[in-house]
Amino acid sequence: MGNEKKHLFEHPKNVKRLLHFLYGGCALLFVLDFVIHRHVIHQWENLWGFYPIYGFVGCVVLVRVATWMRTFLMRAENYYDFEGQESESRDSEGKEDIHEQHKGKYSKNNNANNVGNHNVDA
Amino acid sequence: MWMLEIPPFAPFFIGALLAAVTRGTLRNMIMVAIPIISALHLGLVPEGVHVQFDFLNYQLTPYRADKLSLMFGYVFHIAALIAIIYSLHIRDTLQQVAAMMYAGSGLGAVFAGDLLTLFVFWEFLAFTSVFLIWARRTRRSYVAGMRYLIIQVLSGVILLVGALFYAAENSTLEFGYIGLDGVSGWLIFIAFGIKCAFPMAHNWLTDAYPEATVTGTVFLSAFTTKVAVYALARGYPGTELLVYIGAAMTCFPIFFAVIENDLRRVLAYSLINQVGFMVVGVGIGTALAINGAVSHAFNDVIFKGLLFMSMGAVLHMTGRINGSDLGGLYKTMPKTTVLCIVGAASISAFPLFSGFVSKSMVMSAALENGFDWIWLMLLFASAGVFHHAGIKIPYFAFFAHDSGIRVSDPPINMLFAMLIAASLCVAIGIYPAALYSLLPYDTGYNPYDASHVLAQTQLLFFSALAFVWLNLSGKYPPELCSTNLDVDWIYRRVAPNVLQKIFSFIWKTDRALRLAFLVKFDLFLAFLAQRNEGISALLSRTYPVGSMVMWVAVILGVYLFLSFIH
Repeated sequence: MGNEKKHLFEHPKNVKRLLHFLYGGCALLFVLDFVIHRHVIHQWENLWGFYPIYGFVGCVVLVRVATWMRTFLMRAENYYDFEGQESESRDSEGKEDIHEQHKGKYSKNNNANNVGNHNVDA
Repeated sequence: MWMLEIPPFAPFFIGALLAAVTRGTLRNMIMVAIPIISALHLGLVPEGVHVQFDFLNYQLTPYRADKLSLMFGYVFHIAALIAIIYSLHIRDTLQQVAAMMYAGSGLGAVFAGDLLTLFVFWEFLAFTSVFLIWARRTRRSYVAGMRYLIIQVLSGVILLVGALFYAAENSTLEFGYIGLDGVSGWLIFIAFGIKCAFPMAHNWLTDAYPEATVTGTVFLSAFTTKVAVYALARGYPGTELLVYIGAAMTCFPIFFAVIENDLRRVLAYSLINQVGFMVVGVGIGTALAINGAVSHAFNDVIFKGLLFMSMGAVLHMTGRINGSDLGGLYKTMPKTTVLCIVGAASISAFPLFSGFVSKSMVMSAALENGFDWIWLMLLFASAGVFHHAGIKIPYFAFFAHDSGIRVSDPPINMLFAMLIAASLCVAIGIYPAALYSLLPYDTGYNPYDASHVLAQTQLLFFSALAFVWLNLSGKYPPELCSTNLDVDWIYRRVAPNVLQKIFSFIWKTDRALRLAFLVKFDLFLAFLAQRNEGISALLSRTYPVGSMVMWVAVILGVYLFLSFIH
């Protein structure tokens, strides 16, 4: 990849620009809240910065809860692939598998069913 | 005019027949021409009943057009055309015939004027669409298709039973307002609910859609759930229960979507989320809410199709769809990236994109009718949908870390199909009046007032800010190769395990009981023999039956021998 041309977001400057645009946009929208007179249907909409705060907090809660859900919902990728085969310790196997993947012990995935599933972190 | 009496499904079924016997360019031309001709024809059709006949004392209406069904009819034509163009490069008779039949069945269902016709097309939808899943020809897609088919057929059977009850209760089969009173109302409601992916009954969708072929998923995302939304809008408008069911549908899938790795499965979860908005609209039932539900269904078919097409393009070109395998594709797939972002902006309801002009109607209706908490849930779901579908999909596929994959943009037909969908998303967003003129009611709604635009933009920008903050601080859950348990765990793992345990227990007990009985029986015989032995010594012992038969044979043989020598 040495002789490849540099792409848009490979320049840290461009990433920074995008982020600054976002921060600026957020600040501007927050200020506009006080400038634009909005007609409201519900009293909560009158609260100071209701929509921005609700959006931000809502997303953080969403992600935190979803991450927590992983602790009891996540299984190995081939969890259901044992279907129709006899294996006594399926559940424990599955859990072990994924935990080891987390620790990075497994460098390759042992799933034959999914097309082209291997680590391509170049 | 006889032309009026051609129901819209007929051209598609004829097209399926033609596609089955033609090949190559000719087949492609036929397949593209069918939805165009059929759409032009539909444009001329006025409202009213066009085909009707008596059957076993019941009046059947296979073809009835009104504003509600015409609206779905139009968008199904658009979806069919886009998806057909998207799949023009395919040389697979099975898929192409199934796709035409499937689109035709969807049209048949929305123009059905009675419950029996609806049932027939309801089952047709199931049987034709499953081939789009099986056409992937992997073991995984085969079993997923089986599960899909079982659940869909179950929904159909419940619908049929409900329709029979309905006929008995009301002595008519006409498909109008049904409502939740009586057995029939509940049965039909459950049947619609399964197809609509109500919570707990939703898993067929997230299970099967991501296992379908690249092009099959695009078809699948357009028809089945929208037919169910249409059916609910006709049979159950204003049913308050739907408001709560719909609100649950908007909220719970987004949690799964955040941690899901398969990007097409993420889209499947977000499909449930979007259908939730429509179900809430139907449940509120006012003119504005129904308009919102129907127009959101219209827009969703297009932008969800666009997103599935862009992810299909990624899968088609790279052979991978897991977020953990992808990234950095914007470098070599710039057109797909831009088109995907248009779809993402539309589903997130950015102002000037199509989602904005329809979703806002449902939200406003919820507020106006005093569903405060529901409104808060919808607002949360709006922020969430931006998070997982608006940011996550494009970010992990096209940006994020560089996966090192260098593939070009997909074939020109795929790009063109995506371009049509993206143009429609933007066009509807900029000029919603065109869409509004097709709606069942005239409410004079204007989405572009300052407070509404500001509110939505604030919500979205700060959701994006949350994503950036979580990502930069390393708190965002990484994409991991994993399976996440959902309701399907119950019927794929728990039920089989429990049944296996129960049956193995039954067999074991059965064997033990038989064995115990035999031992007891032997002992009893021995006891009898012992008692008899005292009376007559030789013959009453416990000889096996075999030996007795042998001795009888010996006696007969001796008898025969004696009669010979006599």
